[in-house]
Amino acid sequence: MSEGTLYDKVWDRHKVTRLPTGQDQLFVGLHLVHEVTSPQAFGMLKERGQEVAFPERTHATVDHIVPTGNRDRPYQDEAAESMMAELEENVRGSGIDFSDPDSGNQGIVHVIGPEQGLTQPGMTIVCGDSHTSTHGAFGALAFGIGTSQIRDVLATGCVAMEKQKVRKIEVTGELGEGVTAKDVILTIIGELGTDGGVGYVYEYAGEAIEDLGMEGRMSICNMSIEGGARAGYVNPDETTYEWLKETDAFADDPEEFERLKPYWESIRTDDDAEYDDVVTIDGSAIEPTVTWGTTPGQTAGITEPIPDPDDLPEEDRDTARRAQKHMRVEPGDTMEGYEIDVAFLGSCTNARLKDLREAAAFVEGREVDDDVRAMVVPGSQRVRDAAEAEGLDEVFKEAGFDWREPGCSMCLGMNDDQLVGDEASASSSNRNFVGRQGSKDGRTVLMSPIMVAAAAVTGKVTDVREMEEVATV
Amino acid sequence: MSSPEFSDGEAPAEKVTEVSGTGIPVRGNDIDTDQIIPARFMKVVTFDGLGQFAFFDQRFDDEDNEKDHPFNEEQYRGANVLVVNANFGCGSSREHAPQALMRWGIDAVVGESFAEIFAGNCLALGIPTVTADQEDIEALQDYVEANPDAEVDIDVAEETITYGDTVIDATVHDAQRKALVEGVWDTTALMGANEGAVRETARSLPYVPAEHIPGDEA
Repeated sequence: MSEGTLYDKVWDRHKVTRLPTGQDQLFVGLHLVHEVTSPQAFGMLKERGQEVAFPERTHATVDHIVPTGNRDRPYQDEAAESMMAELEENVRGSGIDFSDPDSGNQGIVHVIGPEQGLTQPGMTIVCGDSHTSTHGAFGALAFGIGTSQIRDVLATGCVAMEKQKVRKIEVTGELGEGVTAKDVILTIIGELGTDGGVGYVYEYAGEAIEDLGMEGRMSICNMSIEGGARAGYVNPDETTYEWLKETDAFADDPEEFERLKPYWESIRTDDDAEYDDVVTIDGSAIEPTVTWGTTPGQTAGITEPIPDPDDLPEEDRDTARRAQKHMRVEPGDTMEGYEIDVAFLGSCTNARLKDLREAAAFVEGREVDDDVRAMVVPGSQRVRDAAEAEGLDEVFKEAGFDWREPGCSMCLGMNDDQLVGDEASASSSNRNFVGRQGSKDGRTVLMSPIMVAAAAVTGKVTDVREMEEVATV
Repeated sequence: MSSPEFSDGEAPAEKVTEVSGTGIPVRGNDIDTDQIIPARFMKVVTFDGLGQFAFFDQRFDDEDNEKDHPFNEEQYRGANVLVVNANFGCGSSREHAPQALMRWGIDAVVGESFAEIFAGNCLALGIPTVTADQEDIEALQDYVEANPDAEVDIDVAEETITYGDTVIDATVHDAQRKALVEGVWDTTALMGANEGAVRETARSLPYVPAEHIPGDEA
């Protein structure tokens, strides 16, 4: 059993009691709510005649179904409109803060929490969304829950959970040019597998992680779940504190910042902490990495060959064969040169200001390939506004990208932003499952934002390092 | 332990000690929740009616013609024990996935391994997720295919799966087993009983202001 890790400490601070099931009852410090997984939970609450126990520790936004084009109400999509109306009614009747589109604060739930300072170190954070692991970047214990658990949290302010093991993933060395946090996490999932993290929480550490800004750390923690780990975190440090200082929570209240800092420091993993497992990965050896298959664990460095299923462990062979057939790729080839029809820059993994800046710096002075439909979907209204203030929207538009309103968009195809037929996409999102982007014949290649930008320009998967003037921001 | 009570007088969660019925095999590792219920069917505000969309894109082509899939086959109508392989239910946290399976008729899922959020979501619905070795699972899938009308018995308390003359040693995760066997899987009721201790924990956390704790506002 682990001891002295951030996970152990935050767990202990939030443990209410041991339940008769053997699970622990944990207090939830922040409950984030969105429109897709919450309506049934509010419904169950009403059926039981209960009210939201901690409305002030709850925050809502709309992201999954919200249109990224015309947002006039009522939405053209009746189903989307009814979900939005339901959320409005549920939150307004319960006294829950709502970052709705009129507030200027709307966005993907895992983008708005950190940017508003709702997300803080040492908190327990839950949301009915598996990418809640994102918030672990701040040293929070954050994980996705199902709708019945949302009901639990609404009704009691708590979740029932069993403690998990802790695996430290140490990424050593410096990342090379053109290599980003996204490449690190795709490499980790490729090495440990999509179920390698089941039963574990991931602690990301090491020089390559410490050198990352908060955006990069969020990209990594975000995809913990793709590696099977329900939660992942990075210990808070000066990089974390610099971000927090600028947020709504502390920008005008430096005293509150100083008051909470000792708590944040106290929950950092001890130097002599014990882990259940430790894995070391050489960060300097990581290449720009993409997926070749239909699970996020089917990855290869851009210069690496796609594996022969017969060379894989027996349990992975069938999945690999089916994936290669679906993607129309051959073992031995690299993904470089794989033709794409769509370039999607967005999602809770990679739609923050830094992601947009890096992609824009690459795109500036270049043009989207004639055969590619390219779109940028900023992670939030604030990201969008900040990007526009810097003129990034003009850079993208001049290059031929569609510049859209924030939401989950083509990551999961719940609004109009979808692949059509067997289109192939270069996508900065997190899942390449069959059908994920809205078409069951669609083909998704996951990659970093700058790799998406490069693919948009050339019309095929491209090693960004081979393009001239790779700009880093 | 005091039995949970709801304000509207609803009964506490029922005990799930065993599940019996006919089986249905769905083969393949890493079957994700996008496959179990595609996102477009989640544009709803209730779970009612999700059953018909279970595995929809695996079952129908673009023209809505049926494809080969166990959920389309007449012989498995009425089956309630789903038999799957490894890492079943990975991906999104959507409870719509087990809800769709449950509303199709599934009462228990047996497999090599399950994604955690999926297993937790199943438990919240009183659906056991029972694991066994790869060989045993594949043998059970073969058996169910050959004998779609034969009964499969899952004993949650004893952690066994019985079919024909065979008894498989299975595993039901400790907390899940306890919750199902003792009928304490309704965690809202369980945790609701500890209101005072919850407030105390909240008060001990430096980031939770008193005005956010009901009853402490003054």
